[in-house]
Amino acid sequence: MTGPLLDGARDARAHLRPDLGDRFSETGLLDIDGLHVSIQGQRLLQDVSLRLGAGEILGVIGESGSGKSLTALSVMGLLPRGAEVSGRIHLGGRDLTGLSEREMCRVRGGDIGMVFQEPMTALNPLQTIGDQVAETFVIHRGSSWREARAQAREVLDRVDLPADRFPLSRYPHELSGGQRQRVVIGIAIALGPRLLIADEPSTALDVTTQARILTLLRRLVAEDGMGLMLISHDLAVVAGMADRLAIMRDGAVVEAGPTAEVLRERRHPYTRALLAASMSGPERRVRGAGAPLLKVEEVVCAYPAARQGFSGRPAAHRAVDGVSFELRAGESLGLVGESGCGKSTLSRAILGLDPVQSGCIRLSGADIDTGVLPKKLRAQMQVVFQDPYGSFNPRHRVERLIAEPFHLLDAPPRGSARRDAVAQALQDVGLRAEDGRKYIHEFSGGQRQRIAIARALIIRPKLIILDEAVSALDVQVRAQILHLLAELSDRYGLAYLFVSHDLTVVRAVTDRVMVMQAGKIVETGATCDVFAAPSHPYTRALLEAAPVLELPRG
Amino acid sequence: MRSLVLGAVLWGSFVVLALLSFVWTPGDVLAIDIPARLQPPSAEHWFGTDHFGRDVFSMIMVGARVSLAVALVAVGIGMGFGVPLGLAAVAWRGGAFDELIMRSNDLVFAFPSLLIAIIITAVFGPSAFNAILAIGIFNIPVFARLVRGAGMSLWTRDFVRAARVAGKGPTRIAVEHILPNLANLLIVQGTIQFSLGILAEAGLSYVGLGAQPPTPSWGRMLAESQTMIALAPWLAIFPGLAIILAVLGLNLMGDGLRDLLDPRLRRVRL
Amino acid sequence: MLRYAALRLISLILSLVAASVVIFVALEIVPGGPAAYMLGLNASPDAVAALRAELGLDASAPVRYVDWVTGMLVGDFGISYTYRTPVSEMILDRIQVSLPLALYALALAILIAFPTGIWAAARRGRVSDLGVMGATQLGIAVPNFWFAIILVLIFAVQLRWFPAGGFPGWEAGFWPCLQALTLPAIALALPQASILARVMRSSLLDTLGEDYIRTARAKGLTQAQALRRHALRNAMIPVLTIIGLQFSFLLAGGIIIENVFFLPGLGRLVFQAISQRDLIVVESVVMLLVFAVIVVTFCTDLAYAAVDPRLRATR
Repeated sequence: MTGPLLDGARDARAHLRPDLGDRFSETGLLDIDGLHVSIQGQRLLQDVSLRLGAGEILGVIGESGSGKSLTALSVMGLLPRGAEVSGRIHLGGRDLTGLSEREMCRVRGGDIGMVFQEPMTALNPLQTIGDQVAETFVIHRGSSWREARAQAREVLDRVDLPADRFPLSRYPHELSGGQRQRVVIGIAIALGPRLLIADEPSTALDVTTQARILTLLRRLVAEDGMGLMLISHDLAVVAGMADRLAIMRDGAVVEAGPTAEVLRERRHPYTRALLAASMSGPERRVRGAGAPLLKVEEVVCAYPAARQGFSGRPAAHRAVDGVSFELRAGESLGLVGESGCGKSTLSRAILGLDPVQSGCIRLSGADIDTGVLPKKLRAQMQVVFQDPYGSFNPRHRVERLIAEPFHLLDAPPRGSARRDAVAQALQDVGLRAEDGRKYIHEFSGGQRQRIAIARALIIRPKLIILDEAVSALDVQVRAQILHLLAELSDRYGLAYLFVSHDLTVVRAVTDRVMVMQAGKIVETGATCDVFAAPSHPYTRALLEAAPVLELPRG
Repeated sequence: MRSLVLGAVLWGSFVVLALLSFVWTPGDVLAIDIPARLQPPSAEHWFGTDHFGRDVFSMIMVGARVSLAVALVAVGIGMGFGVPLGLAAVAWRGGAFDELIMRSNDLVFAFPSLLIAIIITAVFGPSAFNAILAIGIFNIPVFARLVRGAGMSLWTRDFVRAARVAGKGPTRIAVEHILPNLANLLIVQGTIQFSLGILAEAGLSYVGLGAQPPTPSWGRMLAESQTMIALAPWLAIFPGLAIILAVLGLNLMGDGLRDLLDPRLRRVRL
Repeated sequence: MLRYAALRLISLILSLVAASVVIFVALEIVPGGPAAYMLGLNASPDAVAALRAELGLDASAPVRYVDWVTGMLVGDFGISYTYRTPVSEMILDRIQVSLPLALYALALAILIAFPTGIWAAARRGRVSDLGVMGATQLGIAVPNFWFAIILVLIFAVQLRWFPAGGFPGWEAGFWPCLQALTLPAIALALPQASILARVMRSSLLDTLGEDYIRTARAKGLTQAQALRRHALRNAMIPVLTIIGLQFSFLLAGGIIIENVFFLPGLGRLVFQAISQRDLIVVESVVMLLVFAVIVVTFCTDLAYAAVDPRLRATR
């Protein structure tokens, strides 16, 4: 199913490539000049200037808080109330900052369309997708609902939601994330706007879906000659399709220019840092395989009666369907797959958090079944979760948080021994012993992940399961955490089970990798082999869809 | 923040009046002084006198005592039973116990609370103690449901998973991780139930089923004022204002506390 | 949708059964047993025995329960001990006052609350919003029976626009009855309207912060259009819950207001029955009110499904 669409992606790329190069935006569709935005006295955008020509794609790159989304909202005139704006925003020679709210409403949806990051919540759950698209025509053209629905049908066809499978009467909850994003894109391009702003349009989606959404955007831009402002934190996503790049940091543009030039010259230190962080993984020391540590045999985890799509026949859904593998001491094993493939269920089953229907999980020889796991065994295994904000009880001090696994020991250290262990764990992850007195809200996302690692480390387990442990982090922080993990593995001989949807990360930090699809492991092998020569079609599809940052030579 | 201060001042002044009434009141609330009956508010009797010549301000002070005590104990009953039940439902979620708690909660909510409170006090005899029981019983499912609902959503958070990985059992997690994170919610809900308790006590004593004479209570003062309303409107106005201000103070305090304690609002500063 | 409705219906029936058992058991455990309680403390053993026989209390509890429930199913609620008339007739008589009163109050509450809540949400943070919120705080704090007394003082005693109490009966015509119910309905509606307006406002503000409102704004809708076309319907879901709760509250909560205005409704009936220890009337009225609450909950659930397509599809 993924094949033809991915081929389409390559076709579109081939079709567009010759136009690239160092073309400069003479036509000046969008011209932002000296934009300043402050909210409640806080300067959030500082002297932002960007230019975008018709038919061009401008990639805006930055980490969270860099001001890239705020720039987009400024263009749309949708900044929160009380925001102070100065500077010029010209669209086709017309200054948008001087327009009244009524005039801006005509511009929004008419001249500018916008696509947002989170497709699951971007559509009104109580209205059919047909009506949500048709509304654009009713609002702007004063069409009757009958005409508008006919036009909405054409729009949905254009974004590859054909009438037989996606009638106008569908509700958003009946669609997948990628399909919903197509509806949102349909709404944005319905009236053929001159400028399309896409704010992280594919970030919330799986890698294969992401590729298809990006292909769709590229096709629509080419067909309509729109300008596209593509906002992303992911340099690899944008670099593959943008004519020009603008790199933002702390509310300012630090570097801008034609894509090839920016990537080649890397004038600004931040650009270099960003590129280095996107490309590199930590140095890995190859170790000989140790003794078998974790053995998973024919494990099945099923949920009772999950509803299957809209046809609604309940069936026991096998989230994990007969999975077997082995993990050796000191080894770093990757588990990749798209959302819903069962990788999280599997990792929770290994941790003893979710029940297992059949099969067995042996840790150093003893079974983990659905019941109680002996504490002694549990102490061999710890976990780091994805969300640095939800992983800690906000009411406890850090020293108490990271000492929690001591509960697993028969004779937990007390008094000064306990304090020393906490201090040691904090220092191991690059924090100070005094940080133990603080509460978790005093730390940044990256620091919190360090604390999560300290908590996992404190009882010296043999295995740490990293469940999307770096997915919520910005690229530079992510690189630091990956380095830390590699270092700790070397120092303490830790084994990792690295669960992630992100192929780049898995490639950088694992010795072996397993690819999971629909509850089954479809391919296993040494990481370098699997990435160089994938044997299963699904692995190939995943790899092809993953955006890869290629630096221009020279 | 302003509403918190205003609410605390309003409510605090009632607490002070109630406590003060134990040692001192401007007039004797038990002494009948017919010649001084139905006097309008004056320097001597700030809120006037009633048909027995008793000082209305003094009666309101003593009434505050009853009103606050009944509502406070009723909230205590609600929390004392509701919170453990809710926590137990969270700890053994999805099980038969959870189901039982939720179904009986629904069942209690299906009964009109005021009517049942009236029946309970009528059957077991009107008294402040029975009023407390009748109001308190209906506070139990409120707290149980609140704790269960919020606890369930906390249970899916990663810090609970981390505690399970650290080998902690459901009961321990419920007490150590769930309960402290519900404290804010419980404080806010506590003030709301407190104010509802004051209203309910006033309603019960209005129909003669609260604290019994000669103990003054706000609700019965209103009931007695009704026949003389054209003659002595102050008899209806002042006890009513007392109820309104006490309830308003608590509600404002609840709103203020919610704003102060809401983690969503605090996260902005991080 | 049908499946959903059927499941809700099953849960409705189960709730009714559970509630009837609770009421039945509660009457069994009144001090001294039902017959002795009804006759009071000084009743002779013979009189108690006679009443027990009359009420059929000598049969076993399960038999009496089944008799009671099957009787109610065909509209037989028994004979009132004090009035010696069928309870069903008394209820039918009184409900002609209570039901219109509850509906009238609910309509008033909605008419006041919806525009106020929407208006305040659209002006969030401005002086008018703060004013409305302050007024609703006050509205919640006012005990409705006190408000009723004040209304009587102003509109009945001083201005003489409305009667101070009593009910002429529907045979006296629609307008006199409406007039008699107006002050009680206002007294009942004010606190409810305050609560409803606050729920409406906060629910609207929550939905206005949703992503799909931003999508709608990006589509070119004005703030007002986005509110009307997208936020309002989504905001209705919590509002419906409150309306459902309020209706049952109004039906039962009339008990005190009916006493203030001397209205011959269910509230006064049950109140008189309690003071005369007429347990047969009490249990019937309580069962009826619980029935009303459960049916209203059922209707609220169906209304959710009508509003929300996700509910129609699931389960």
